[in-house]
Amino acid sequence: MPLKYALYPGCAAKGATPELHQSTMAIIGRLGIEVVELTAASCCGAGVISEADPDVALALNARTFAQAEELGLDVMTICGTCQGVMGAANKRLKTEPGLLERINQVLARDGIAYRGTVQVKHLLWIVVREVGLHRLGQQVRIPMQDFRIAPFYGCYILRPSWDLGFDDPENPTSLEKVIKTVGGEPVAYAGRTKCCGFPIILEKEAIAVAMAGTNMKEAKDEGADFMVTPCPLCHMSLDIYQDRAGRAVKAQLDLPILHLPQLLGLAMGVPPKDLGVSRHLVPVDSIIRVVEKRRAEQKPA
Amino acid sequence: MRLTFAITRLNPETDTHRHEEEYRLEVGRGMTVLDALIRIKNEQDGTLSLRYSCRSAICGSCAMEINGEEKLACRTSVRKEWERHGQIVVAPLRNLPVIKDLVVDMSSFWGKIQGVTPWLSTVPRTEAEQGAGLLALLPGSYQFHNVDACIMCGACVAACTTHEVSKGFLGPAALAKADRFLADPRESAASKRMRLTELDKENGIWDCVRCNFCVQVCPKDVKPMEAIIRLRRAALGAGLVSSGGARHITGFADIVERHGRLNEALMPLKIVRFNLRRMLSVIPLGLRMLMKGKVPNPFAHPIAGIGQVRAIFNALGGATRLPGRNHP
Repeated sequence: MPLKYALYPGCAAKGATPELHQSTMAIIGRLGIEVVELTAASCCGAGVISEADPDVALALNARTFAQAEELGLDVMTICGTCQGVMGAANKRLKTEPGLLERINQVLARDGIAYRGTVQVKHLLWIVVREVGLHRLGQQVRIPMQDFRIAPFYGCYILRPSWDLGFDDPENPTSLEKVIKTVGGEPVAYAGRTKCCGFPIILEKEAIAVAMAGTNMKEAKDEGADFMVTPCPLCHMSLDIYQDRAGRAVKAQLDLPILHLPQLLGLAMGVPPKDLGVSRHLVPVDSIIRVVEKRRAEQKPA
Repeated sequence: MRLTFAITRLNPETDTHRHEEEYRLEVGRGMTVLDALIRIKNEQDGTLSLRYSCRSAICGSCAMEINGEEKLACRTSVRKEWERHGQIVVAPLRNLPVIKDLVVDMSSFWGKIQGVTPWLSTVPRTEAEQGAGLLALLPGSYQFHNVDACIMCGACVAACTTHEVSKGFLGPAALAKADRFLADPRESAASKRMRLTELDKENGIWDCVRCNFCVQVCPKDVKPMEAIIRLRRAALGAGLVSSGGARHITGFADIVERHGRLNEALMPLKIVRFNLRRMLSVIPLGLRMLMKGKVPNPFAHPIAGIGQVRAIFNALGGATRLPGRNHP
């Protein structure tokens, strides 16, 4: 039985990080996951719309949940921020007395009703808990051995832990487990659970890039070859702004940043071109060269 | 059970650097980290400095970093920490200067609290405001959103990720305190507007990245970040809409209302277009993104069912809109 989900791609995977969407679609089959994409889903609000009006964000998300409910599927997110925002919204809708009814009144004008039966799960959680690390391990074709890989969780997939209920924000282990399963060595550094700065990067760039730079420098100082993140907003901050982040902390970073499904794809032997790795601003060639060399060595055998 | 405690030490009179010292201690049932530190000080090393008073999570003086996260030592169980982390590592609060060992200098913390004028203003309320009557205020009253439960321990400031790189930031504790006065019915609208105008400035409400660290570590469930979000909402409501942070919210909502999704190509136009220097700084990045196929089509069609999205904004979204703007 395949695991089947309603894929909520989120704005970034449909916008500035298309490689996240591409790499997700390229790997899920190998993990026994089927998806139906929620093409009519809106933005989750990213915690921004709710700053002005929480009800608007709740109604947007209830509309999305109703679409998944209609399909009889749980929602799969591929963005840490979407996961945090949608998970918290779903929890409120399910538990706050009267809230679901109030939001449904707004949606009723378009004949939409959310009954509160859907769960929201990030790809990382699905891989660890539902696919299982054992099955992931069986799919590994090109182990990431000798790579020191820095996990970068991002805020919204960890905190507040009582809204998420998956990993321990003080000592999360899910990315480390995935890294070990694909043969890599996780790098321990304090910044792995901290903030990438992205939410204020346009209006307060100096603060944001200093954060991103501090975290990347820590990872680099601990010997990281590259970083992996389950959040495309973190990816934008760490990849697109890496030059500026490096200048902010006076360091030459040259730290490739992979999306979670790109790491899984490389390890499972998916051709790099199907994972969109050429779309990064910080080149990932150093990783691809090793992966291709290992692939070539395997062929004769 | 005999456990090792790794404690960060610094005596500024003799040491040039912080260093870790290890102490081994037999721990009993129900022992807190504070109990253990006091025993280490009494039985093994009288030079260990730490600050504590009530031992009951009321006074807020024993906040420190335990296994990487800010906690009150007096309500942190040694056994649970050991089970969760397999080690007990104790350090002073981050983001504040160390006086000695686990004792930090809280003067910048108090300075920032004072900076938000943490007392009722004397600006008189208008007659209409007085007409609303004198509302009874009870300690812990819901209208303060539990912000008045703050015990000023400094855990949130130490955990604050903005603070780590920008020491001038007013920070979670002080901003939560400010929110408490915004919620107070005894203050006039005029004085609230004065407060918001101050908080709208540099180092104020718009420097928070919403990382949730302060919410996670607060021992009293004050949720300072949510207080900061209420202040941002109040600033928008008071018409303070020209800061980059305010434009981020209204611009973001406007894009979602029109297109259904956020379009990153349009965000700089919403946020930094009024600032030539910032715009010039964003353009080179935009060009590099364009070369890598990372700039979404700014003229893309809205999502299917955009009418439903717009209906949501029409029904509820007054607060997300800039006054005087046309909406689809």
